[in-house]
Amino acid sequence: MTPAYVVRRIGFYVLICAITLFFAVPMLWLASAPFDASPGLGVHWPDWTLDNFRETLAHPYAMHSMVNSLLICVTTAVAVTAFAALASYALSRVRLPGRDALLYGLLLLSSVVTGTAAMVPIFVMMFQLGLIDSRFGVALVMTGGLLPAAIFILKDFVDAVPKSYEESARVFGASTGQILRDVVLPVARPGLATILVWAFVNSWGNFLVPFLLIRSIEKQPGAVLLQTFTDEGGSANLSVIPVFSLLFSIPVVVLYLLVNSRYGFRFHGGIKS
Amino acid sequence: MATTTEPAPVQPARVRGPAQDVAGLGISRALGFVAPALLLIGAFLVFPAVWTIYIGITNYRLTGVEAVSPSIVGLSNYTKALNDALFHNALWLTCLFVLGSAVIGQNILGFALAWTMRRARPAVRRTVEALVLLAWILPSTVVAYLWIAFFDRDTGTLNSILGTQGTAWLIDYPMVCLVLFNTWRGTAFSMMLYSSALQAVPPSQLESARMFGASGWQTVRDVVFPHIRGHVLTNTLLISLWTANDFSPFLLTKGGPNHESETVPVYIYNVALQGGELGYSSAISFLLLIANLLVALLYLRLLRRRS
Amino acid sequence: MRRISRLSRLAVLGSAATVLLTGCLGSSDSGSEDTDANRNADAKKVELVIGANSVKGGKNSAGAEFTQDVLIPKFVEAQKAKGVDVTVKFEGDGSDDEVYKQKLALSLSNKAGPDLISVDGIWVGEFAQAGYIKPLTDTVGDTAKVDDWDGWKQIQDSVQQLGMFEGKRYGVPAGTDGRVLYFNKKLFQQAGLPADWQPKSWDEIISAGQALKKLQGVTPIQINAGTAMGEATTMQGILPLLVGTGATINTDGKWLGDSPQIRQVLDFYKQVYGSGLGDPVLQREAKGRDKSFAEFAANKIGILLEGDYFWRSVVEPKDGVAKMADRDTAVGYALIPAGKAGGGVKGQDFVSMSGGGATAINPNTKFPQQAWELLQFMNSAEMVKASLNGAAKITQRSDVNSEVLAGDPMLNFIATKVLPVTQYRPGLAEYPKISAALQQATADVVGGKTTEAAAKSYQTAVEAAAGSKDKVSSN
Repeated sequence: MTPAYVVRRIGFYVLICAITLFFAVPMLWLASAPFDASPGLGVHWPDWTLDNFRETLAHPYAMHSMVNSLLICVTTAVAVTAFAALASYALSRVRLPGRDALLYGLLLLSSVVTGTAAMVPIFVMMFQLGLIDSRFGVALVMTGGLLPAAIFILKDFVDAVPKSYEESARVFGASTGQILRDVVLPVARPGLATILVWAFVNSWGNFLVPFLLIRSIEKQPGAVLLQTFTDEGGSANLSVIPVFSLLFSIPVVVLYLLVNSRYGFRFHGGIKS
Repeated sequence: MATTTEPAPVQPARVRGPAQDVAGLGISRALGFVAPALLLIGAFLVFPAVWTIYIGITNYRLTGVEAVSPSIVGLSNYTKALNDALFHNALWLTCLFVLGSAVIGQNILGFALAWTMRRARPAVRRTVEALVLLAWILPSTVVAYLWIAFFDRDTGTLNSILGTQGTAWLIDYPMVCLVLFNTWRGTAFSMMLYSSALQAVPPSQLESARMFGASGWQTVRDVVFPHIRGHVLTNTLLISLWTANDFSPFLLTKGGPNHESETVPVYIYNVALQGGELGYSSAISFLLLIANLLVALLYLRLLRRRS
Repeated sequence: MRRISRLSRLAVLGSAATVLLTGCLGSSDSGSEDTDANRNADAKKVELVIGANSVKGGKNSAGAEFTQDVLIPKFVEAQKAKGVDVTVKFEGDGSDDEVYKQKLALSLSNKAGPDLISVDGIWVGEFAQAGYIKPLTDTVGDTAKVDDWDGWKQIQDSVQQLGMFEGKRYGVPAGTDGRVLYFNKKLFQQAGLPADWQPKSWDEIISAGQALKKLQGVTPIQINAGTAMGEATTMQGILPLLVGTGATINTDGKWLGDSPQIRQVLDFYKQVYGSGLGDPVLQREAKGRDKSFAEFAANKIGILLEGDYFWRSVVEPKDGVAKMADRDTAVGYALIPAGKAGGGVKGQDFVSMSGGGATAINPNTKFPQQAWELLQFMNSAEMVKASLNGAAKITQRSDVNSEVLAGDPMLNFIATKVLPVTQYRPGLAEYPKISAALQQATADVVGGKTTEAAAKSYQTAVEAAAGSKDKVSSN
């Protein structure tokens, strides 16, 4: 062990510690404020209490909004994953005319259109379709917005799956359906799982779409509810917000852990050069 | 599932690239596979987008006289935008934001994490990765609160750590705060993408680089980078686009103080909601789309040239 | 390849449909409009929806609770006695006012939305211009039926302005408020200032501020400024000052541009924030107003211009957001003086600004007659009183005010001393942009620009907002 090596090791660990702190410290608030008798914006050792939890659980809509969130986001995540999987496989394996231009065009569109500017068209369209005040309608809009990026990421993933598997399956006389089910699907599973989490996370935090499209507060998801925890003048209600934030974060974390332990959470990416 | 296309009879559709279609999908079935996604995208993305472009050439507002009878004003929204100092400001801030937090921040930190974590002990690796990922998957409304608390002027965590009580970070250095925030928020994606990319680098080449006494930086530049160039470009493209269109700065600073952190998406929101000028805000959205397109083309050119 | 060409034909069809649909933008003559005001007047089964920006457990929770738990059951019961089976639903939002307004406008432009809608007084004009709401007499179809409602007599004329546009009643006002100068009596004592302070000019405010400046860690004066506080800057800052110069922001349809009065207001800001009497950083913070509340409650702010909301809900000793246990003894209040005695609007010595909301009937309601009945019921003395649920609050009805405010000297002060001298904002579509321009001007001054430069860019912004130079008066 040379001194230089030791210095480098120490430097390495200092760096790791610094990065860890950078990522961990902002989250401390989520660990302290919910349990604090006088929650504020600062992080300090809490004056332990569970009153905030009691207050949050007693809130007339807070807990039910989680159910709405789940309904909307599970639908969105499953739809995004299923449709993106089909599309990305086809786009990866079959050369459809204008494929790349289409992919890039949609990707660009998706990043811009889901914002504020398109809210009038989206509202009017959903209104004409009779999908106002419907959680299903919200999921549809979110799905449309997330699909291009999902296809884009997933196509790279499928591109990376060696074609030899499918070829040899074919040689052994497997039908297309069998190949897809028994060969492609298992290999692509980690990618699908990742997209599932990605879509879920992205729809979980979306505020504007459900707010505009849903009328009854009983159907609003948690992201919208979180914006309503204010008093008459619009000041934040700091006894409910930290607890709700904590509870609201649990589903995404659980989903991630579940997927991570089962399939591993990995991205494949990069346009093959 | 709304698969509207009938499963057409399987044809040996090998128009081009027969070696590609290894599962024997065929063009018609491939179209069937793409159809549901395209239908949804067409209905809920392309259609509103076209409509938005149309609104962009009107003086439409949601209330007032122009709500009843909007008139087509041609390109005047666009000429207005070109002379709008606030729009220039927003564009400039967006460039800073993308450059600072995506191209530099997320990219470099993400790669550094992927590179160092390769050799770290599994326990360390798992902890660090979990934290980084947590920052990525927490809902954005929750994250906004975390960072407002972190930067708070009186009781904020940052001030407690640095002993600088009373420094209003979000007021005095709004863009620095946003860059830090977005780096924190989005690094996970780059980290994951790069760690899978690094697996594609043949270990033997790394080994020989080490034997030749190459420094870490030299190894990255000469051995690793050529292998992951495609990943770097895809990653940079995606995170640049996401960052340029990110709305979360609004949750932290609302574009303030005095427009100092008003990136284009925040500006669009303010124009549309506070000002109610939907025509103008649609025009700006379209300009943002064009800007995105230019950036994407630039990346693609780079990609082509290198490969 | 045939398939592909069929696809592209589909795409052409799709885009043609797009062009057709985009034609719908803003059109309000879809033909199916039911104009008979007596439609469904004799229906035995009626469904009504009340919409408001309030939600249980959130924004204006008490209002939502009252509507859902008291108003609706009582109305249903009363209708049942008449043999009508009414179902009333409440749609509460509880979000930022701007977002709520947008959502409401989206619904109304599609001829949908709740039957009774609650709007801010300053939206009435723009909603009316857009045809989203109509004069009550039009919607109800019977002028006498509307004008003869006995409730109007109980609503002061100045307060009725809240629901009016171009001289017509579009809605029934729903409570109002008033603004005063609050001051911390403890700090005043330490600075040697009187406990019954009542400034008669702006100079007297400044000199009190200078006395307070000697105290350690105290911000002498907080007058909201800048864009971060949004409308709070306009209502608790610029406009009360502006009416103190004798001007109003809109006179005879013309907006006030760069003028001596505007510069006077900006000079006052310059005096406060340029000489360390105010905290300029606070004006730029996203949560600056909340912070100003907390600091006042912590005895760190000497003088604060705020509405009665501050007294009722902020420093309120029990449930306030920034409780002051000694509110009744420690917090003083004074009328806002004109720049100079007699120099205020209409030659007044003292001035104020007020806001508030109104409830209007959705012109596309299926049941206009029943909606009008519900609106009257909602604004009856009994219901208005019940909506307070024992709290003291300034309502739209004078008869209720004189009864419920008797026990609260501060709110009584507002109802009797402030409301007579107060002004309302013009409910015109351009107003939000004018307001934003005003906020920007104060932001510029607080940020260090000269008054002249700020006023100049204000002029440009106002011209852009008003649409033409002719609609701006400047000198």
